[in-house]
Amino acid sequence: MRVNRRMTATVATAAVLGLTLAACGGDTGGEGGGEGGGSQVEVFTWWAAGSEKAGLDALVGEFENQHPDIEFVNGAVAGGAGSAAKDLLQTRLQAQDPPDTFQAHAGMELQDYIDAAQIEDVSDLYDEFGLTDAFPADLVDRLSTEDGAIYSVPSNVHRANVVWANPTVLEENDIDPEAQYADLDAWIADLEKLEAAGVTPLSVGTTWTQVHLLETVLLAGLGAEAYTGLWDGSTDWEGDEVTSALEDFETLMNFTNDDRDGLDWPEATQMVIDGNAAFNVMGDWAVAAFEEQDKELGTDFTATPVPGTDGTFDFLADSFTLPVGAPDAEGAKAWLETVGSLEGQVAFNKAKGSIPARTDADPAEFSEYQQGAIESFANDTIVSSLAHGAATPVATLNAFSDATSKFTTGASDLAGYQSELAAAAAG
Amino acid sequence: MLKKLRRLGPPLLMLTPSLILVGVFVYGLIAANFSTSFTDNHTAAQATGQEPAAFVWFTNYFDLLASEDFQHSLMNLVLYTLVFLAGTMVMGFLWAWMLDKPVKGEGLFRSVYLFPMAVSFIASGVVWRWLLNSNQDEQASGLNRLFQMVGLDFLQNNWWNNVTFGIIAIAVPAIWQLSGYVMALFLAGFRGIPDELREAARVDGASEWKLYRYVLFPQLSPVALSALIIIGHMSLKAFDLIMSISKPANYQTKVPAVDMYVFKSSFDYANAAAVGSILLIIVALVIVPYLIRTNREEKR
Repeated sequence: MRVNRRMTATVATAAVLGLTLAACGGDTGGEGGGEGGGSQVEVFTWWAAGSEKAGLDALVGEFENQHPDIEFVNGAVAGGAGSAAKDLLQTRLQAQDPPDTFQAHAGMELQDYIDAAQIEDVSDLYDEFGLTDAFPADLVDRLSTEDGAIYSVPSNVHRANVVWANPTVLEENDIDPEAQYADLDAWIADLEKLEAAGVTPLSVGTTWTQVHLLETVLLAGLGAEAYTGLWDGSTDWEGDEVTSALEDFETLMNFTNDDRDGLDWPEATQMVIDGNAAFNVMGDWAVAAFEEQDKELGTDFTATPVPGTDGTFDFLADSFTLPVGAPDAEGAKAWLETVGSLEGQVAFNKAKGSIPARTDADPAEFSEYQQGAIESFANDTIVSSLAHGAATPVATLNAFSDATSKFTTGASDLAGYQSELAAAAAG
Repeated sequence: MLKKLRRLGPPLLMLTPSLILVGVFVYGLIAANFSTSFTDNHTAAQATGQEPAAFVWFTNYFDLLASEDFQHSLMNLVLYTLVFLAGTMVMGFLWAWMLDKPVKGEGLFRSVYLFPMAVSFIASGVVWRWLLNSNQDEQASGLNRLFQMVGLDFLQNNWWNNVTFGIIAIAVPAIWQLSGYVMALFLAGFRGIPDELREAARVDGASEWKLYRYVLFPQLSPVALSALIIIGHMSLKAFDLIMSISKPANYQTKVPAVDMYVFKSSFDYANAAAVGSILLIIVALVIVPYLIRTNREEKR
């Protein structure tokens, strides 16, 4: 009995002590990795499946060539097109337990991390690795903050303003698949024809794909300059041009599938692949979905700029950062060097289906679609994507999404929608 | 004094770890949540202390309650709760009532009805998202297709995509999952009523309806109350099923828990905390009177 009581007391004391230690230990947890001068690098991404995973694997292959002494640790988090990863990242950064480097969309989406002093300026690495000249000047402009700092190294570039079409469906309904639409009105005329024939003219998915459609319609309606002005305040959100673009958006949404809010982009694009819908507006990562199912560009599907946006390249880019307090900053810098290098970008983008941010890659190494995109990226006016974090911070994008969902489910009218968008842009 | 310590010491020592844990991780965090909700901590910079956050007391609450979008979320929550409660109580009671009569294969039916509860909301949500597909006529699938096949075309509807009543469609899978649980509660209630009571009532000449009205229902009311509280607080916390069937950005299926999630991912910790506090208060309004009542009954 005596022994028992003493044991109880010991166990209880140990438990209390354990708790206290655990409470004190929180801050010191993350510092173990740095010993041994760059032994490993934890790379946090949401590239866990499909062509994204293939791209990451190719990039890691190149990293091991360039830095054989550094071990790559895959910190990929699957789920929700990156939203699961972003949630976890937010928590880790808040708890001051950052990965060595993490994936983020280049542009304004980084603003929250910058404001929170969670990522480092890497512009000196741009000089060190010679990246400033390798990337197009337009892109470097968009990556730099007002005081000239740059907070990430882009690994690849995607184009958002692309229409995917199924030529078979178009021919069946007497529409020329080769047609180049000068503006949205010409396109809408053909969509009406399809609607009358009982085909779903345009497939779209859940809210973010609707915001994606909205941004391309705004780009078509306003032109590149005024569209860019939407994000720096020089274009008036309450103006008539925006109103007429939103009217076009409303018209286009009327041509879409009813079950849109339950679909993500692969299912919406699949409708075009299967011939259940004629058109789909999606970024050029969709090309992987077509190619995986052995579809040929030109015969089984076509890819053209969204009508009215020819000559502009609505860009978004994945990029890698250097978090403040990264356990292994040397390893992270080595990773960024590989990400920015020509070999790294070629290996990664060949596998992922996007295009290199560098201008010195040889187009001949890439697929037919990518070659076209590389040419556009070099020659077109570059504007920033809204739906993919290049144009606005996360909170603004969420406000845009809420307003858009409210409008497309019928809870607000056009005027209400426009003023909500204006309020969201004002912050 | 020493004697008292001897007597109280060991139990107190045993309790300390759990007291500390609950104190820190439940009540401490509730306090932290409230204090965050009283600040203007709306940006990432403030969240990490790069910029100061000021105390604004109830401003966040007033702003939220005044906003049309949050009212829509609250309305959705009320609709969802009402339908979910009514559905599970009615179905659960009916099943329990039927199984209470001596039936063949009672064990089988009981398991069949109880099984859906074992499935997680996320998993069943994936299936129900397909069943509740809002396409109609030619493109229909899921339940709408089923309606066509059995000739009930007029029943086709756009399910959770209706902007006002869409949330009720999400209550359908919730009812499907938890009716079995309510059935189990009621069945236990029925079994707990001694046969003598029924016999006595019958001897006194009570009709079947009167037997239920004056003898069985009063005996079942504590069970019904427990079921209401348990289902009610689950309903108020509804999040996973909605996330699984719909998406957080979809306006038609917003509830406060989804708003909280969206605020949090926008680095707006103050509003996220305010929504959390509002939810806590609503749940407390339901639970606290119940706890007081049970406490009183136990003392009696």
